[in-house]
Amino acid sequence: MNEFIDMEFFSLLSNQSWFAKWGEKFYNAWINLSGWKLFLDGLKVTLVVSAVAVLIGVLVGFILALMKLTEVKKGRRTILSTIAGIYIDIIRGTPSLVQLMIMYFIVFKSQASFTAGMLAFGLNSAAYVAEIIRGGILSVNKGQMEAGRSLGLSYGMTMRYVIVPQAIKTILPALGNEFIVLIKETSVISFIGVADIMKAGQFLISRTYEPYVPYISIAVIYYIIIKILSLLLNAFERRLRKNDTR
Amino acid sequence: MIHVKDLHKHFGKLQVLNGIDVDIKKGECVCVIGPSGSGKSTFLRCLNLLETPTKGEIVIDGINATDKKTNIDTFRREVGMVFQQFNLFPNLSILENVTLAPVKLKILSKEEANKKGMELLERVGVGAKANNYPTQLSGGQQQRVAIARALCMSPNVLLFDEPTSALDPEMVGEVLDVMKQLAEEGMTMVVVTHEMGFAREVADRVIFMDGGVIVEQGHPKDVFGNPQHERTKAFLSKVL
Repeated sequence: MNEFIDMEFFSLLSNQSWFAKWGEKFYNAWINLSGWKLFLDGLKVTLVVSAVAVLIGVLVGFILALMKLTEVKKGRRTILSTIAGIYIDIIRGTPSLVQLMIMYFIVFKSQASFTAGMLAFGLNSAAYVAEIIRGGILSVNKGQMEAGRSLGLSYGMTMRYVIVPQAIKTILPALGNEFIVLIKETSVISFIGVADIMKAGQFLISRTYEPYVPYISIAVIYYIIIKILSLLLNAFERRLRKNDTR
Repeated sequence: MIHVKDLHKHFGKLQVLNGIDVDIKKGECVCVIGPSGSGKSTFLRCLNLLETPTKGEIVIDGINATDKKTNIDTFRREVGMVFQQFNLFPNLSILENVTLAPVKLKILSKEEANKKGMELLERVGVGAKANNYPTQLSGGQQQRVAIARALCMSPNVLLFDEPTSALDPEMVGEVLDVMKQLAEEGMTMVVVTHEMGFAREVADRVIFMDGGVIVEQGHPKDVFGNPQHERTKAFLSKVL
């Protein structure tokens, strides 16, 4: 059995025509049709959209988390926590593609697709980030807030100097995961005509009439971005653990 | 110094405090004893508003804590608290734990706070650990740091919520020694405790609570030696 597979494998390797055929296809798409340039431009767009969306997501998410936490502080529901709760509920309950369409076609009236996309993904991500941050803050022992308050520190000061620094160790790994999901999610921005990696691939398909090379290329590019990001996140997390004194 | 009048606290339908009246003089060390669920911890937590009283009045050092207009944060500067679980900040060094509040509240400059913090840490016997982190200390050391942290705000009153209950038996003594020293120096203290030996030896007054009210109070010699109420007798016969 093994020999058979090995034979097959080596025959594939030695099969010049198979290689030549695919090599030619890749060469045609990437070089002759300037695919590399399209993918490079698409990569830039994907990275910018993701970065801005992450920024919006973290900022709005942090505010939403604080709004929801007023509920814990007061011991009952508040106007702020209710607003944040409804927002998170709606965002989580509807597909991000639909949110993107609503943002572009209805809110932005089919103008400024780039901005609409960044905003849609950012506001979508904010709902998930809010829950991550809220969970992280709640994971810090209740006694920490009491100790801070008993010293005369205000709620905000205790949050800033005591609670959040401890919560970050719980929040960051989950936040990293959210970034990874977000980067891949931005591929649907091609639906509203933004020239990201996905759109670059689709453009190539329209030129070559074959889907293999572009889609495989897109998959590989995304995989490499995510791989680099997750390696960075792992290194960062290791450094956090090293300084962990808990 | 501490004036409590008709203090009530309900958690939903659960009545925890049913009218507490007590006056504590400056420099007095009061120990609160009683069975679990008698409301003694809740009473203590009401004193610095970690629990909001349902009804009643608390005046400490002339500040009416139960008045809605009172700034809680300013009020709490006067009332230090030491917790059963220490609650040191694990993200900060021992010295930073002690100096955080006075520096951030701009009561002391960073240099002043460091100087005062070191003095206090020396006094409670953990000066050598100033640059370590809480988890690197034993329970007894952590609790002594917690006392130094409360003292660094120069409070007029110190509240202790079962400060030795989470400690290994061999570390109880070192914490009680620090508390005893404070009492002798004239700090006004309210101590919820199960350490009857400490209450008997150090307290100026012992309060026995049960069912959310003060059943009996008086000099430790009287309360321990000649309890008047059946409930007190029953409790003391079990713990002494």
